[in-house]
Order: sequence, then C-alpha cells, then structure tokens
Amino acid sequence: MRSRSRSRSRGIALVVALTFAAVACGSNADAGTSSGSDEAPGADSKAVGFIFVGPKDDFGYNQAAYQGSQAVGEEFPDLKVLTAENVPETDEAARVMEGMITKGAKIIFATSYGHLDAAMKVAADHPDVVVVQQGNVISGKVPSNAGTYFGTVYEPVYLAGIAAGKTTKSNKLGYVYAFPIPQTIANINAFQLGAASVNPEAQTYVVNTSSWCDPGKQADAASSLFSQGVDVITQHQDCTSTITKAAEEEGVGVVGYHADASSLAPKGWVAGSEWDWAELYTDIVKTSLDGEFTGSDYNGNYRTGLKDGTNPFVESKLGPAVPDDVEGLIETARTDIAGEGSPFKGPVVAQDGSELVPAGEVPPYDEVEEIMTVFVQGVVGQIPES
Amino acid sequence: MSSLPLEVMTGAVVGGTAILYAAVGESFTESAGVVNLGTEGSMLVGALAGYAVAAETGNPWAGALAGLVAGGLLALVHAWLVLARGANQLANGLVVLFLGLGLTSLFGADYVSVESSPFTTWDVPGLSSIPWLGEILFQHDPLTYLSFLLVPTAWWVLYRSRLGLMIRGVGERKEVLATYGHPVNLVQYGAVVVGGALAGVGGAQLSNAYANAWFENMTVGRGFVACAVVIFAARQPFKVAAGAYLFGAALALSPALQARGYGINQFALNAIPYLLIIAVLVALGRRRAAEAPEGLQQVFEISPST
Repeated sequence: MRSRSRSRSRGIALVVALTFAAVACGSNADAGTSSGSDEAPGADSKAVGFIFVGPKDDFGYNQAAYQGSQAVGEEFPDLKVLTAENVPETDEAARVMEGMITKGAKIIFATSYGHLDAAMKVAADHPDVVVVQQGNVISGKVPSNAGTYFGTVYEPVYLAGIAAGKTTKSNKLGYVYAFPIPQTIANINAFQLGAASVNPEAQTYVVNTSSWCDPGKQADAASSLFSQGVDVITQHQDCTSTITKAAEEEGVGVVGYHADASSLAPKGWVAGSEWDWAELYTDIVKTSLDGEFTGSDYNGNYRTGLKDGTNPFVESKLGPAVPDDVEGLIETARTDIAGEGSPFKGPVVAQDGSELVPAGEVPPYDEVEEIMTVFVQGVVGQIPES
Repeated sequence: MSSLPLEVMTGAVVGGTAILYAAVGESFTESAGVVNLGTEGSMLVGALAGYAVAAETGNPWAGALAGLVAGGLLALVHAWLVLARGANQLANGLVVLFLGLGLTSLFGADYVSVESSPFTTWDVPGLSSIPWLGEILFQHDPLTYLSFLLVPTAWWVLYRSRLGLMIRGVGERKEVLATYGHPVNLVQYGAVVVGGALAGVGGAQLSNAYANAWFENMTVGRGFVACAVVIFAARQPFKVAAGAYLFGAALALSPALQARGYGINQFALNAIPYLLIIAVLVALGRRRAAEAPEGLQQVFEISPST
C-alpha cells in the first residue's frame, strides 16, 4: 500500500509541475545580483524587458503595449526583447523584473499603473538598470535610473467627446471605467467637457466595474447605462470588445478606447482613441543605450501630448454615425490644444461647484493628474469612496 | 427606462445563468461524493471552446456543444486523477483549474480579436410581453431558456429517479453499493463529467451570449462561486438556482445604482456578492455540513486518510 500511494503522489506532483510550467513559465523567481558597474544605467543592456498586467491579445491596453515592445525589437535587432504577460500588480512583478535582469535586461518597462511600487523597488535594488513605468506618477525625488511616462490620453478623449456630444440625441453619454484613478477621472472629465463644448445639454453617466477586464461586469454596466437612456457609450477598460459589441447590438453609438474597434461596430462607431507606443518606447531605449537616461526628460514624470506633437495616444477614425460638422469642430479644438489651449482650460468647475481650474488658466501636463481628483459638472455619478 | 428592482431582477437572470449551469453540474458531482474545484477551469475551457467553435462554424449551438464537450473532458481529467489515482480532491481541483487556465490562454490568444456568431436574444412570443415577468424571464438567449428546463430536470434526476438514488448512494457509502455489484466507479465518473460538461455550457453562455467576447480568465471566479452556491444550497437544484440568481442580482445591483447616480462604496459593493454567500454559509453551515454526503465529509477531513 505504501509504495502505491507514493507513486500516486509522484504522479500528482508531475501533473502539478507540468501545469505550473505551462501556466507560469518565464516568471523566474531567482533574484539577480546587481553588477554595480560605473556606467550609466541601461547603457550596456543586452535585452529590454516588458511586463504587462494582462494578456498581450486583449484588443486593448496590453496589446498596444506589446506591439510597442515588438517595435523596439525591430528597431534594435541586437537587443533581446523579453516580455511577460499577466504580471500581477504585486511583489510578483518585482520577481518577474528580477528574472529579466538576470537574463541581461538593463532597461525595463513596467507597463501597468499598479506596477509602480514593484518597479521602484527594483530600481532601488539595481542602480544600473533603467526602470520606467507607464502611466503612474513618482512622487518626491525621482531616482537617477527611474521614471514614468505617458501620453496625454485625455486630449484625444476630449476630441472624441466632441464627436459624442454632437452625435447623442438623448444628451446622455455613458462611461464604463475600472477604478477611480486620476488618469481615468481626467479622461471622464475630458470626455464630458468635450461633449459640453459643443452640446451644453450633454451629460456623462458613469459606472465602474472595479476590474480592468471582467466581460460579464462590462455587459451589466453597459445594460444599466442603456436602461438610463444613454445613446453613446465609451469606456476605460483593458479589454474592450464586450461593450463595443453590446452598443452595436443595442443600436447606440460607441466611442472606442485603446484600439480601433470600428470593425466591431460598423453602424454605431462614433470616434475613439488608440495607442501607438513605437516612437516613445524606441526613444526611451535609445536614450538609455546612449547612456543619457539620467537627467533626460524620461528620468522624471514624462508626459507628452499634442503640444509636443508626439502624443502616443492618437485619434481613431470617425464613424458613420457622426454628423458632418464634427470633423471641423475637432480640427479647431485640436489646433487650439496643440497651441495655447487645453481640454482643461479654465474655468473648469467640479460637481460641487468649486473651481478646479480658474478661468483662462491652462494647467501644464504634469499637473493635470493632481487636479483631477473629482468629477466635473455634467458628470452624473459619484466617485466611490475607498 | 426600467425601474431599479426590475433591472436588478433581470440582471439576476442575465448574470446568474452561467453560474447556474456550473452549480447545477457541481450538484451532480458533489452528490456522488466528489468535489471539483476545477469547475472554474471547466467554465473557462467551455467559454473558449464555445466562442471558438461558434466563430469557426458560424453556429452558436455548435459552440455550446463544444463547450459541453470541453468542460466534460477537463472534468474527466479530475475524475481520473481523483478516482483512479487517489489524488486529493481539493488540491487536484486547483490543478485542473490551472490546467484549464493554461490551455485556454495558450489556445485562446488567437480568438480574442475574432468575431463570433453569438446567441441572440429571442423574446418568447406572448410571455415576453407580460409586465415585469416577461422582461425578467422571457427576453433572453436560448441557453438561458434551456437553463430553466435544466433545473427541474436535474432535481427530478437527482431526487426522484433511480439513477439519482444511485448517485446519492455512491456519495454516501460507495462501499455498500459496490458490494451489491453496482458500478460505483462509473457513476462517479459520470457525475464528475456531467458536472464539468454543464460548467462548460455555462462558460459558453458567458462567452457567447452574456459577454459576447472571449478573454483570458474571463470567468474571474464564477466557477468558485458556483462551488460555494452548491454547498450552501446542499446540492438541491432549485436552491442552487436561487443562489446563482442571488449572486447575479448582487452583481447587477452595483451598475444599476451607479447609473442612477448613487454614490456607494465601491469595495463594499464588490464584496456584497461574496459576503452574501459567506453569510448564508455561516447561517446554514452547521446544518448543511451534517447533510453533506458521507463520502464528501471524508474529503474535508483535515488529515487525509491514507
């Protein structure tokens, strides 16, 4: 009996091992030792590491980041591009990054908002490795080998809001979002302000799902918004096709986010915005390889937008549901933002009537996320307490 | 514009159906004395198979059938390891879950950006225009209507048929039935596979009717919810259905309130479905534990018998 039960448990152990190997290959937990070279961080990198919070084929945020990583590989054929999908926003992320460092990566992109803590930990342990994080903000002093970067997502979202405001008949727009982080709040506010700039009656109804990708909850959220009379819907989710298809089936308009999903909504597509990371990723890698990371723009909280002409967040094409005059209105607003304007040019007024941006003022890129902690007037719904 | 209670009750059916399938299936499994925590995995493979096959064939029913087969096959792995190889049921269920997760992320990547042929809503003529009841029950996809038939059928099979008596007998004391020459192993295998197959249909309903998309890990714990529902409903199909709908209602409550502009604590709202289940488990716990089949009680013993 004894030997039989042992062989059983060996069989189970084998299955467990195989399964975990299949699921978790690549996330090596070995901690690397920092080489402590005198060179500038990232300069002698043999590889570039990218970690993603979700799967690389999510038709959204992670897919766009993955495509950016592949563009880096094409631009620098000598560099090995290491990627890890489904990296949770926990200490596990630090372990995955450590694993990449042992494989020769001295430039690492942590591409999810919640990867910041792990990224900062890795940056502190490895002064010779450049660690950049996508979308969050380092508060206080920025280490010489770290930084954050992002596009000004709210600019194209504002322009899409113009299209939505002109398209809606019920004057009710819907916004499904995941978490009330500043980036998302800025998007929702920009969407509402864009819509209100051409349609003072427009209001934006918001629902949060507390998940970057739970298609079931997205379906519930969309149906709740439709039942309130929302006839143009948009979202800030990592996976986007459920809501896009739900809108098309409901016969209402949809504004895309992260990716051009107009093929999923041939009738209802209004407008949208999508990522094109290739240029920015490539430039960060180049700056690091040249030994010039420390002290560069990327060695801080780097934000770029229409004013610089290099916003990695670009407008998707307009859809058939959009009235003819929208293109001209968007053109005007785009020129204005690229010049002296901003989606958040004052006066911007919060739901409670307080003034977020005084009349005539234009908040600089790196201050916008600090200001956007509350919804503006015209947004229906409240930021959940936490 | 529908009223809040109507919207929540409709949402209960919409969001609860996938869980209902998995939970009714797990009722068979647990009645036969086996726990399959890999139900979540069966839902996942069912969701992918349902979506992929519907996309390839253009027929959502072919997808549902594929979901049934895929979910059943994954459960067969659990059945074999547990029944033939004597693996620990709880640990092995998780192994099977990871197997399903790994397989679906491997083979599912190509289908994320593919459009499928989903089930469409079909209003039952006449019944769908009944005020309230029509919207809650009779404006859904065909798999939801099938689930209405599944619940009484499962109840009849488990509690009124000879086969059900055998399944429950095997769950209590399989040695006794074996002594009398009944095919206890076959019954247990069958119960586990049926459980996984129904979970697979639930997954297909999620991907091909409810959410109309495939994404990696898109079940996000619904299979575990199904397992919990089965425990608090003591494997009774009607109570299981009530539990699944309760969870669906709790899910629907959050967006319904938010879309009406109510401010609510996000984390509290997210926890409500789970708190509900824990509360019911605690309330019913002692009594229900005593009702668990004897075969199952051994599974939950702290020190496994060797």
